[in-house]
This record gives sequence, structure tokens and C-alpha cells, in this order.
Amino acid sequence: MRRALPFAVAAGAALAAPLAAQDSTVVREGVRVVLSYAPGSRPGLVLVPGAGLDSVRAIVRRDLDFSDRFDVVLLPDPGGGATGAGSAPFNYELYQKLGASFALELVPRPDGAFARLHDLNGRREAASATVQLPAPEDPGFRMAVHHLSDAVVKWVTGTPGVAATRFAYLEGNRLHVVDSDGAGDRVIATAGTKPLSAAWAPDGRRIAYTAFADGRGAIVLQDLASGARTTVAGTGTALNITPAFSPDGRTLVFARADVDGTNLVSVDAAANCCVRRLTVGRFADNLSPTFAPDGRRLAFVSTRAGAPQVYEMAADGSGAELLVPFDYGATGASNAPDWSPDGTAIAFHRDVSGAPQLFVMDVASRRLRQLTSVGRNEDPSWAPDGRHLAFVSDRSGRRQLWVLDVETSRVRQVGTVGGVRLPAWSRRLATAAVSSTP
Amino acid sequence: MRVPVLMLLAAAATVAACGKKAPEQPAPEPTPPPAAPTPAPAPPPADDSEARRRAEAERLAAETTRRLAAELTAMINFDFDRSDIRPGDAAKLDAKAAILLANPAVRLRIAGHCDERGSDEYNLALGNRRANAARQYLINKGIAADRLETVSYGEERPLSAGSDEGSWAQNRRDEFEITAGAERLVAPR
Repeated sequence: MRRALPFAVAAGAALAAPLAAQDSTVVREGVRVVLSYAPGSRPGLVLVPGAGLDSVRAIVRRDLDFSDRFDVVLLPDPGGGATGAGSAPFNYELYQKLGASFALELVPRPDGAFARLHDLNGRREAASATVQLPAPEDPGFRMAVHHLSDAVVKWVTGTPGVAATRFAYLEGNRLHVVDSDGAGDRVIATAGTKPLSAAWAPDGRRIAYTAFADGRGAIVLQDLASGARTTVAGTGTALNITPAFSPDGRTLVFARADVDGTNLVSVDAAANCCVRRLTVGRFADNLSPTFAPDGRRLAFVSTRAGAPQVYEMAADGSGAELLVPFDYGATGASNAPDWSPDGTAIAFHRDVSGAPQLFVMDVASRRLRQLTSVGRNEDPSWAPDGRHLAFVSDRSGRRQLWVLDVETSRVRQVGTVGGVRLPAWSRRLATAAVSSTP
Repeated sequence: MRVPVLMLLAAAATVAACGKKAPEQPAPEPTPPPAAPTPAPAPPPADDSEARRRAEAERLAAETTRRLAAELTAMINFDFDRSDIRPGDAAKLDAKAAILLANPAVRLRIAGHCDERGSDEYNLALGNRRANAARQYLINKGIAADRLETVSYGEERPLSAGSDEGSWAQNRRDEFEITAGAERLVAPR
């Protein structure tokens, strides 16, 4: 090789590795070679043209682009370069000349597709898998393709992509759920006059939200598939907001606003009992909890210093202390913290010259980075990959759902709905179908 | 004689009714008949003026109730991101306290509201704080706590849809709703 390439292929074949439980069960891997991936690099990837699977290719191409891990090389109109299914030697040189480091083949199979990733620098097959896919008209089709895209990202980087996820968000009096690429936006019928503060349960099958009505609201846990609703214990009176699940899903912490002010309360989510007050802030409000991934600490918003700022405490309410530094009297209000899935960062929004902007703080160094500056940008929610943030921005003229990649600063708009509020990014979803029912 | 006195009373009642009724015609002098007693005419004038007094008193009471209800439900406003009671609004709350003390059956629901700026969820807590501020003020004036309930709408129910300081100032408010005892309010002494 004339120059050092960012990728090296470790010698030796690797055994097929079982996928993590959260990944799709429909992607069966074949051979996988371990690749060295330099974080921050964006290797060129080309989707090899072929017959059939047009809708699959379109979804995969977009997912890989949205992962911000690749420079997706678009080929001119497919003409030559027939790939067969391994019937002829793969034309590595052709695709390498286009600036790509990887080439992905997608070949139709009777019940789905066969996917093969080529390492162009090593001139060898890096990984392959057979994917079961429902028919394109089937409601589970898109999510099954997203699982495939996530597997491809994992083949290259070691971490699965986040295509097989959804956003929940509020608009008007409605709760919406939409796929990560903006497809399939649907309204979920909810209790109360207006849903507020939606939060995904870690299992991805239920959402907790405030059923707001007449200045009060219980927290309702609703199963997305069946529509079944449970009122969370301890929320039958007063106004209960900002629910957050512990990472193991066993605890739900929320804020209750009543004559004693606004304070954090925890409840056993599995047994739906055992309500405990976590903060006693007679002269301060405490709300917007978010768990660290080990479940042992919570970040939250408190007005104990005057304007709202971000604090942390142990999960039992003890040991509260400042988390995100500020200059008293000078720094704007900070709100809506979200702890990153790997625990290293807190995303939140903070008023800058009267408009909220997204910030991320490295927990270890307490170093702050401002991520946005155009328009009003608020309510960040981490993707499971810990590098993408969903948020609300009015930079287009309307409040819409946007995604930002913290590493590359790239932003993209999701969907077309206006008046979006309070988005929540789900974990990687195991199952595909979600109905919008009763 | 009896008749002229009664005519005087009737005239007085007419004046008290702010001239709404036409002045009554004095009853014609009866022509001197044989000594047969005159049968009593229909309602004696004394009951009529009593009924009119009662009706008048009720109308006044209804007006008083409306006026006091308006004072009870008058809004108060807040500075941006603040929940402390402004000096101008303290007088409004004092008036409410006096009415509440004079009318022990009355209960209020206090609803806190915010303008659209600031975090959506934080505004629910801020609205709650604003409602509590008014409630605590009234409690400090001697109103029993269980007569005052609070709710918060955050920024969910603006009065004015604009995005200018005038609209925002209107939206930063507490609203007061009478939830019991609204039918009859008596003025504080």
C-alpha cells in the first residue's frame, strides 16, 4: 500500500458472533472479520447496485447516511458492475477508485435478503448475513430493514447503528411516534386532554406521559401495541410531570407539582407501588430527572440557586450537588438534562441571549460545549449511540424535530410536522410493529 | 285621615324605586253612600311596598355578589420568571382576603400561568409556584388553607397568542375561580 489507510483488517477469520439481545432476531450473521475502525473517521461506503430490493436499498442508503459514520458514495446510474451473488470475482478496484473503503451488496432471497460487506482495502469479504424481511406492505418491513442497516454499522464500527429506533414527541394535543428516518408518523390516542412529558420505557413497548387536564395530571404508562393504560401510583392527584425510567426499567422517577412546590418522587415501576419522595425543597423546585446509565445517580433541574440549573444526586435522593457549573447571576436558565447512554456526557439546553441553545457537558472534565446557535434549540434527547441528539428547533420557521450529530455537528430535519415539543428517542427496538389504536 | 298617609307611603315607595314605576293616581274620593261598609279592595298597599322593598334588596344583593365575585376572580400578573407578588397586586389580594373572611363558604381555585418562553416543563413548575404564591399570601391573611386549591397550566393556556412583550405580560398570571359559595357574597365590613 502506498499510504497508510485508516482501516486494517486483523488476520484470521472470526467466528460468527451472536447479536446483542436488543438487535433484531431476524439478522443471521455468517463470517465476520474484525475491522479496526478509527472513531471520527468517515470511510467511504458504496451500495453496490443490483436487481430487486429497491425499497430496501433506499432505506439502507439513507440509514447509513444518517448514521454519520460513512461517506455514502452514490454511484452513477447502474449499468455495468454486475455482482451476481458471488458468481464472479468482486470488482474491488472499481469501487475503490470511487473513494470507497467498503462496498455493501444486497441480493434478494426468497424470504428477505442476503447482505455482504466487502473491505475494499483488504480486498476481502468482511461480513455477511441473511436477513428475513416481511413484504414491503407489511407494517414490520421498514423496521426489519433498519435492523439490517444497524448491523452493517456494527460490522464496521463495532457499535450498532440507531436506525431501528423511534421518536416520541408532542404536537398540539397529540402524542406522535415516528421512525428514526421520519417515516410512519402516527398519532397515539392518549388519556386526558393533552399528553405532556412523554418518556420511553426501556423495553420500547410502553410510553409514560402526563395526562394533563384542567391544570392537573396523572402519569399514565401506556402499551403502544395494545393501548392498555396504567395510572402510575402516587400520581392520582396534583400535577405530575417529567417521568424518567431507570435503565433497568424497575424505577420511575417524576416530579410532582403541588402546594409544597415541585419535588422529585420515585415509584416502583414493576409493582406500581411504594411511592417515595426524593427531594424536599421548600423553597426550590426540582424536576426533569434523568438517570445515569448505572442507575445509581440522577441529574435533575433545581431552582435552589434562583434560576434553574442542573444538579445531581444519588438515586435515593441523598447527596445532591451541582453538576453543570454556572456563573451566578450571569448564566442563563438551564433545563431538560439528558444523561448520555455511556454516562460520559450530559446534554441540556441553556438560555443564551434569551434563546435556548443545546449544550453538552463532559461529566469527567466538566467541560462545556455549545452545540447550536441558530434560532431556538431545546429539549435534547440522546440516541442509544450516545452521539446523536434529537431536539426541537425553530430554525426553519416552525418548531420541528431535528437530529444533531455531536461528533460532526451535522443536523438533519426529521419529518414535516410543525409545532413539535418534548421529543424522546427510544432505545433500539426489538420488535417492529406498533399500532396507533384505541 | 288614613288615606292621605297611605298615599304618602305609596309615593315614598315610588321614589325609592328610582322612578321606575309610574306615579300612582290617588284613589278617587268615594261619593258619600249610605252607611254600608266599603269592601276591602284587592292587595292592601302595605304588602305591595314590602314586596317592592324585598325585590329591591335582592337586586342590590345580586349586584353586590357580582361585584365581589369580580374582585375575587380578578387576575394578578407576574414578572418574567418570577413568582413573587408584585406590590400593585398585593392590594388585589388584600381585597380578596377581606371578601373571603366575610364569606366563609367561599372556596377558590388558583391557576398559575406562564408566557411561552422558557422550558415547557419548567413552566409547569413555575405556574405552580405562582399559584402557590397567591395562596400563601391569602393564608397569611387568615384564610384557611383548605379553602384554596392550586393548579398549574404552565404555558399551555395563554390568554394572548402574540409573541411580544405585551402578550407575554398578559400570559404571566394567576387566575382565580370560585368553586363554592358563589351564589351570595356579602361585602366585608
